[in-house]
Amino acid sequence: MEKKIKNTVEDGHGFRSVCYRLWKENKVAVFCALLIVIFALAAICAPLLTPYGYDEIVTDTYRLSQPSLAHPLGTDEVGRDVFTRLLYGARISLMVGIVPTIISMIVGALLGIIAGFVGGKADAVIMRLADIMLAFPSMLLAMVIMYTLGDGIINIFLALALVNWASVARIVRAETLKLKETEYVEAARSIGVSKWKIMMRHILPNCIPSLIVLFTLNIPSAILSESALGFLGLGIEKPMASWGLMVNTGRQYLYTNPWLSLAPSAAIMLVVLAFNFLGDGLRDVLDPHLKNQ
Amino acid sequence: MVTNIVKRILQTVLILIGVALLIFLMLRIIPGNAILTMMGDKTNPEAVERMTAELGLDKPFYVQFWMYIKGVFTGDLGTSYSLNRSVSELISTSFPNTVKLAIAAALVAWIVGIICGIIAAVKKNGIIDHLFMGVSLLGVSVPVFMVAMVLQYLLAYKLQWFPISSGNAGWVGYILPAIALGWNSAGSIARLTRSTLLEVLQEDYIDTARAKGYRQLYVIIRHALRNAVLPVITMMAVQLSSLLSGAVICETVFSINGIGRLAVAAIEARDIPLLQGTVLFSTVIVILGNLLADCLYSVLDPRIRKEV
Repeated sequence: MEKKIKNTVEDGHGFRSVCYRLWKENKVAVFCALLIVIFALAAICAPLLTPYGYDEIVTDTYRLSQPSLAHPLGTDEVGRDVFTRLLYGARISLMVGIVPTIISMIVGALLGIIAGFVGGKADAVIMRLADIMLAFPSMLLAMVIMYTLGDGIINIFLALALVNWASVARIVRAETLKLKETEYVEAARSIGVSKWKIMMRHILPNCIPSLIVLFTLNIPSAILSESALGFLGLGIEKPMASWGLMVNTGRQYLYTNPWLSLAPSAAIMLVVLAFNFLGDGLRDVLDPHLKNQ
Repeated sequence: MVTNIVKRILQTVLILIGVALLIFLMLRIIPGNAILTMMGDKTNPEAVERMTAELGLDKPFYVQFWMYIKGVFTGDLGTSYSLNRSVSELISTSFPNTVKLAIAAALVAWIVGIICGIIAAVKKNGIIDHLFMGVSLLGVSVPVFMVAMVLQYLLAYKLQWFPISSGNAGWVGYILPAIALGWNSAGSIARLTRSTLLEVLQEDYIDTARAKGYRQLYVIIRHALRNAVLPVITMMAVQLSSLLSGAVICETVFSINGIGRLAVAAIEARDIPLLQGTVLFSTVIVILGNLLADCLYSVLDPRIRKEV
């Protein structure tokens, strides 16, 4: 009997079972996962897919050339191949989506668990801090942080992580408060398991499904934030290629060469949409009670 | 209810002080001298000294913070270094434009979002429902600047139905920016309206109303929507924050002289007083909006009034 229960639980959250249920319930989400893999592969294999470098000036005569066979998306105002820059830009955008999200998840989850489980002063301090962070319009907060730290990819990671940890902490804290009252936590406490161990062994693993959903839904918002910062000219150092920065420089030529800014915009939209659909699908499979929130 | 509101107001004051302190700190931990970053390397030492004294940067940290807080409460946010005008004056001239944009965008978001949400809920799991929910996810996923640029390119440049820049165009100039900015929020409002409406439609009193022989549309508008719209109202506060964030982009694309554009200009000119003022002001607006929504919610919903 005990074994059977264990099996069904594992069936519920195992990788293969999640994939299977996702495929059965939401084919769009599976398609989106494939799309993300394709984007990631294109970003990793960029040097194999294009003969040019992201900062290589490939044409002297027509700087803003129209799309052609040699340059599928034309060339930009400096004479660089737009398609190449789009591929290299995918590296930045995916990295900016994933790295700060991981940092903010770790920080947010730890602080959320501590706030929820320890309670008292720790809870008050952490949650007031989170309240303060959440009070800012995220874009303005990110702008101020980028202003203070200066351009550069590491600084974007920091800025976006700082902006996003608070909402993670809030959700994990709520979850912890619920789990804290469960019998198995009570049992662990009564046999003298240390607080730290209870948090890491009993509470954190039970937050993982929500964290996975949150992770897939926070990635697109990080990508959007970076592109908005890039659009305003903050963020990546030139001449590196970031989709937001490409839109920023391409915008001046919107009326003559619209694809210069619209191609990277479309790329951002596709990736963000794919992550959102995947996140939605995963949420329905992993965490049905979150569905209406 | 009154004690609850008072408690909530006290909490808000604490958050306000925290926000002010955080902005103050962030803008002063710039690596190197803040003045040099602002003025560049080419200035002579005398000018740097004068500027330092003018901004009070030679005084100890807590004195600086006290002066700044005192200024905030008397409406004095300092003088913009790059524009040579008082920051509060600059904010008061640009804020009305942002308010106009935000209201227009909110109207677009609400009308489109609520109508689509209702239709999707009524046609639950039908083709229209899936289509609307797919499109609403698209609404959340498209960057604001993309919608703005596509609208600008197609409707303002190609078809010339609208002015390209909204600066001096009157209310017509706000149509495209409002759609671009509202598009985003419309998606999330539609999804929320759908899910709350579906929940409410399962209540007994809806069956009663139907049993009385009222038509479907009447039941939804008179009976269901009234209760379903409450969570959507609190969402207004959350939207306010994202509207202000999106306004930064929208104002840049359509050249509207609003508060977001002021913040961008402040960053470009490395103008600390102006940046500090605009960010603090926008954040205070968001915080007050949240407070208002909370109070409104407990006034509107008698159940919550009793619970707390």
